[in-house]
Amino acid sequence: MKNRTLLAYACFYLAFLYLPVLVLPIFSFNNSAFIAFPLTGFTTRWYEALADSALQQALVNSLKVGVVTALLSTLLGLLAAKAVTQYRLRGRGVALGMISLPLFIPDIVLGISLLLLLGTIGLPLSLASVVLGHLLICAPFSLAVLVARFEGFDPNLEEASADLGEDRWMTFWRVTFPLMLPGIIASLLLTFITSFDEFLVAYFLSGTQATLPVYIWSQLRFPARLPMVLALGTIILCVSVVLVVLAEKLRNQGVKKPMVGA
Amino acid sequence: MSFLSVSQVSKAFGGARVVDAVDLSVERGMFFSLLGPSGCGKSTLLRMIAGFETPDHGIITIDGVAMNGVPPNLRPTNMVFQSYAIFPHLNVFDNIAYGLRKSGLSSDELRRKVEAMLATVRLEGLGARAADQLSGGQRQRVALARALVREPKVLLLDEPLGALDKRLREAMQIELRAIQRKVGITFVLVTHDQEEALSLSDRVAVMSGGRILQVASPRELYDRPNCREVADFIGEINFFHATVKEVTESSVTVNGGLLGIVALPKTNVANGITAGDHVLLAIRPEHVGIAPQGLSGTIAAATFLGERSHFHVKIPGRTEPIAVSGQAPAGESVSLEFPPEKLIALPATG
Ligand SMILES: Nc1ncnc2c1ncn2[C@@H]1O[C@H](COP(=O)(O)OP(=O)(O)OP(=O)(O)O)[C@@H](O)[C@H]1O
Ligand SMILES: [Mg+2]
Repeated sequence: MKNRTLLAYACFYLAFLYLPVLVLPIFSFNNSAFIAFPLTGFTTRWYEALADSALQQALVNSLKVGVVTALLSTLLGLLAAKAVTQYRLRGRGVALGMISLPLFIPDIVLGISLLLLLGTIGLPLSLASVVLGHLLICAPFSLAVLVARFEGFDPNLEEASADLGEDRWMTFWRVTFPLMLPGIIASLLLTFITSFDEFLVAYFLSGTQATLPVYIWSQLRFPARLPMVLALGTIILCVSVVLVVLAEKLRNQGVKKPMVGA
Repeated sequence: MSFLSVSQVSKAFGGARVVDAVDLSVERGMFFSLLGPSGCGKSTLLRMIAGFETPDHGIITIDGVAMNGVPPNLRPTNMVFQSYAIFPHLNVFDNIAYGLRKSGLSSDELRRKVEAMLATVRLEGLGARAADQLSGGQRQRVALARALVREPKVLLLDEPLGALDKRLREAMQIELRAIQRKVGITFVLVTHDQEEALSLSDRVAVMSGGRILQVASPRELYDRPNCREVADFIGEINFFHATVKEVTESSVTVNGGLLGIVALPKTNVANGITAGDHVLLAIRPEHVGIAPQGLSGTIAAATFLGERSHFHVKIPGRTEPIAVSGQAPAGESVSLEFPPEKLIALPATG
């Protein structure tokens, strides 16, 4: 009896989570400009309509912003994570808190403040300003992923490498980097997706160079283009799912294996 | 100058002197141990020799070359870490070959060299084993092999056997000694286990609170400790308060309280002791004899440890029971004698 209730609850829960998401692919293949049941037939014409130059430009913009954000954020996260985990640092707690704080600031507040700041100092809005905004959002993610990775890292390993004749640079390449690699890739994937999906800050800061989410939002005003947006959404969804699964796999890899030299 | 020399080396962490004006000299090919209680600065001293910590004062030289300012990767030392620090992403072979990248060996020579080292530490055939599939003893051997394969002038070992269980530790002690004899490299071992230090080493430095108390051979440390702390740290010992009455060429006469007036050979008395000084008389449990005309007391407790059995005797007028080696004789009371040639006199302070 109790088990039945639990099962029903679980089903409801999953349906609630995933039904709305399923609507996207279903209607993206529906042969009708109106989003309504019953379905009228199968088509791929919404996907064909994606070959649109403004859309492709937005996609390229998003990829650029995503890649640069991911690289910068992971680099910053790497340095910060090494500092807070491996050195006896004064004010470590404060530093960690300060870096994580943007996680708790609403994106809309972040977007408006950055817009005001850039306006005040006279910097034009561009993809670069979007990268700045996204860095604020993504750096805490990088830090969290990489700190977890570094915490299981025996500092004696780097000393052992030095002891065996390698300088700092070779020690980094032969020991630190391979051991951190799963964490680094996980951080790159997570921050890329976060940046790629991000709308609010990009909307405020992108100026005339729309990123993909900003472009999609602008298209929603035209009902005829809605199915095309659904097709696009379906593709993004699939790619995101693959990346997230990959990132999670990498993040957990090596957690089972002991990372310390003991 | 000796092969490895440490002179007047000090190190403080945040105001606390962890290593305090230490002097050491170690000869080439020697098995040298640094023995001391936890936190006395042994690891810090070892890490300064390896180059991981910079001394605040003092000079370390190896084979006549001053090491100040030489980074760890350029020092002729290698270290076996307490945590072993085996690279988890490399297999056994690659761990051992790690430090040979710049050796200029062809890949065949490299393979032969690593295989030979695997044989030395008795890990034949385990080269392809992943680092996380090794037992504690095997990790210890990989760490040792990885350091030895570079043929350092000095091998530094920081409590290398601390993480092993008792049986394995004893087996590895014998092996470590045999390996050291075979390769002929100077070993400096840090340990807080006095039995380990005594059984392995040619010479032992006893450390406490960042200072070296005594440097001597194991036998000498045991028979002629130079202060109360060393005597206490190396095995069990009984102390009696005494006052020096007379010092002559060959002997020293003391008033030993319960022991009465005793004349000790001069060689049993620490340097610098003069008439009127307050001293401690010390005697090992195995030197306390049982004799009909001795100091009598009651048997307080007996511990059976096979060959190392001992018992404690309570003597009227003294709070500390006296430890005696061997099986307790039948009956409740026993009388003890303290052969003067086995008594040693130590300064009562310090
Ligand atoms: N990097 C450091 N910063 C601050 N204090 C340190 C540092 N390294 C060691 N200490 C302190 O110095 C003292 C001596 O440490 P050390 O590791 O040399 O002792 P040890 O004799 O090796 O002890 P153990 O047997 O426990 O390993 C300890 O009180 C320790 O807390
Ligand atoms: Mg130590």
